[in-house]
Amino acid sequence: MASETATPTTADVLTTVDGRPLKVALAEAQRTRRIRAVLLVTPLLLFIFATFLFPIALMMFRSVDNPLIAQNLPKTIAVLEKSWNGKGVPGEEAFAALREDLMASRAAGQVGKVATRLNFETSGMRSAVTRTARKARKMKAPYKDQILKVHDAWSKREVWATIKRLAPTITAANYLAAVDRKYDADDNIVSQPEERQIYVTLFMKTLWMSTIVTVSCLLLGFPIAYLLASLPLRHSNLLMILVLLPFWTSLLVRTTSWIVLLQTQGVLNDIMVWIGIIDDENRIQLIFNAQGTVIAMTQILLPFMVLPLYSVMKTISPSYLRAAQSLGAHRFLAYYRIYLPNTMAGIGAGCLLVFILAIGYYITPALVGGQDGQMISNVIAFHMQKSLNWGLGAALGGILLVGVCMLYWLYNKLVGVDNLKLG
Amino acid sequence: MSQISLPDHADFAEKLWHWTFIGICALVFLFLIAPILVIIPLSFNAEPYFTFNAKMVALDPEAYSVRWYQDFWSKTIWRESIWNSLFIAVGATILATALGTLAALGLSRPEMPFKPLIMGLLISPMIVPLIITAAGIFFFYASINEYLQLTGSYLGVILAHTVLGTPFVVITVTATLSGFDHSLTRAGAMCGADPTTVFFKVTMPLILPGVISGALFAFVTSFDEVVVVLFVASVEQQTIPRQMWAGMRESISPTILAVATILICISILLLATVEILRRRSERLRGLSAG
Repeated sequence: MASETATPTTADVLTTVDGRPLKVALAEAQRTRRIRAVLLVTPLLLFIFATFLFPIALMMFRSVDNPLIAQNLPKTIAVLEKSWNGKGVPGEEAFAALREDLMASRAAGQVGKVATRLNFETSGMRSAVTRTARKARKMKAPYKDQILKVHDAWSKREVWATIKRLAPTITAANYLAAVDRKYDADDNIVSQPEERQIYVTLFMKTLWMSTIVTVSCLLLGFPIAYLLASLPLRHSNLLMILVLLPFWTSLLVRTTSWIVLLQTQGVLNDIMVWIGIIDDENRIQLIFNAQGTVIAMTQILLPFMVLPLYSVMKTISPSYLRAAQSLGAHRFLAYYRIYLPNTMAGIGAGCLLVFILAIGYYITPALVGGQDGQMISNVIAFHMQKSLNWGLGAALGGILLVGVCMLYWLYNKLVGVDNLKLG
Repeated sequence: MSQISLPDHADFAEKLWHWTFIGICALVFLFLIAPILVIIPLSFNAEPYFTFNAKMVALDPEAYSVRWYQDFWSKTIWRESIWNSLFIAVGATILATALGTLAALGLSRPEMPFKPLIMGLLISPMIVPLIITAAGIFFFYASINEYLQLTGSYLGVILAHTVLGTPFVVITVTATLSGFDHSLTRAGAMCGADPTTVFFKVTMPLILPGVISGALFAFVTSFDEVVVVLFVASVEQQTIPRQMWAGMRESISPTILAVATILICISILLLATVEILRRRSERLRGLSAG
């Protein structure tokens, strides 16, 4: 009753049966539907946030996180900030603070870490820190001379400058190291010594190898995608199995196969010796190098090129080509001017996908790459598992991740993730 | 009419090009498939070598044996790793399929806001380099170990593999739903069914092929995954890929070829299942007469 009188039911406002304006009712219904849609997606979204995006963010934080010195040498840092102008060796006050800090961190069992960290900046600091910390308790004021007697490293201005520089809890040092740069003692960015400049070269090599893999995939994938798209469905389905089977076969199995095929005592070398192309003594080293990595990766990633190419080529009507030819174009000219431009969407999608997957490849280079076939992922793994330089590993990973995200964004923009084809 | 067949009036250049093209395609197919096939006969090699000897080429029965399969089956570590792999893969598949299917249902509704962004986020585990995902999850697990022990636990590996598997489920199920006729669910509702009944009686049977394909992709992803296992699992969660990885890094024993052959047979089975499902799905939705 009440609602009927409250709502104006004039002829120009359409209402539902219960008297609400149709516009309101529709908006409400839309809202319920939107909420329902969002609720369906929420569980997975939360899951991805908790077990994927958050952990990666956490690791990225590790690449800039630098709490060690700030936590263990707080008093020293405070004194240096307050009363040291960066010239010469600081005064008694700083030495007294250093003694207290080292005693505290020795009690907390952190001295080893501090020693390692400082030693990473200036070699010889490991023994200076551990020895000073051990003898600190028995010292009596004034401390400066006693500490200098324990280890003369403390008489170097650079050591104190380094401590001051490492004080901020956020640092760009790992990223600098990842691009072969570093801070000198006075906060200037300088190049790493020649023999330690490895990462820029490695990034370049990763990009170069991924480019070769992508181009090889395109060159090999284009003809068979064309063949698959032009054959009648009955035959093409059969051939498609040949593309999809590698796609479904374990990566490790395929990598094993390449080792078996390409190693010096392997099938391919045997065949070449048998035919007589090469001598038994001059077998070719085809694997455990960059070349082997590229060959194996090309085969492994080829289906990711063929599938998008095929799905685009399938939509190109053969009558375009016939029209071009009947207008006088030669068969090859017609392909070049009509067919090829029409496949560009597929070429773009395939190349981007293969390239994105290639630059992050880890397993295949690790198994068949040997010395010179290692890619950036392998070095990240090395720092995460062997050298335990997690900050540097995370920084290298951060650079790789930014690159991949940019390519992914481009892919999403050009192709759209919902057009991703999986067979 | 296909464009591949050669017209009767083709001149010599066209014929030459035609056969060159067929030849190139054959070589590429050989490149794709030969590495997989070559392993199968070699796994029956009686000698511990990775190449064909004269006896094998001559098909001498004595040159072949199943000793590497016996070796595989007699080692406890391999047998255990089969069960570990299966257990982890099945767990990850169930989780990934449930979460992924729900999300795909939401994503394919026209009312869904921020669709491209959310889709991009949900697919990203497939794109982000595995080493970054693995290291990230490793540090994350390590940081919460005092509350929940995930490092070196089955649950930890299963959760990580679920993350890697969901993109495949989301992709296949959204693809199936793209041709879905929404008037069918409305028809169901008009006949008096509540949303749950409509889902299980109308929607589910129609999208089931897509869901199963997605589940199989998720299964394979987990079954074949080694990097996350290397970072997160302990020796107790030894899986087949990890065991293969260890074997390949040290010295390849022909037992690995036997394992590889078994895995190839499994992939053939899975591929056949997915292909049958895909055709059935296309027939159901009236997309093609494939």
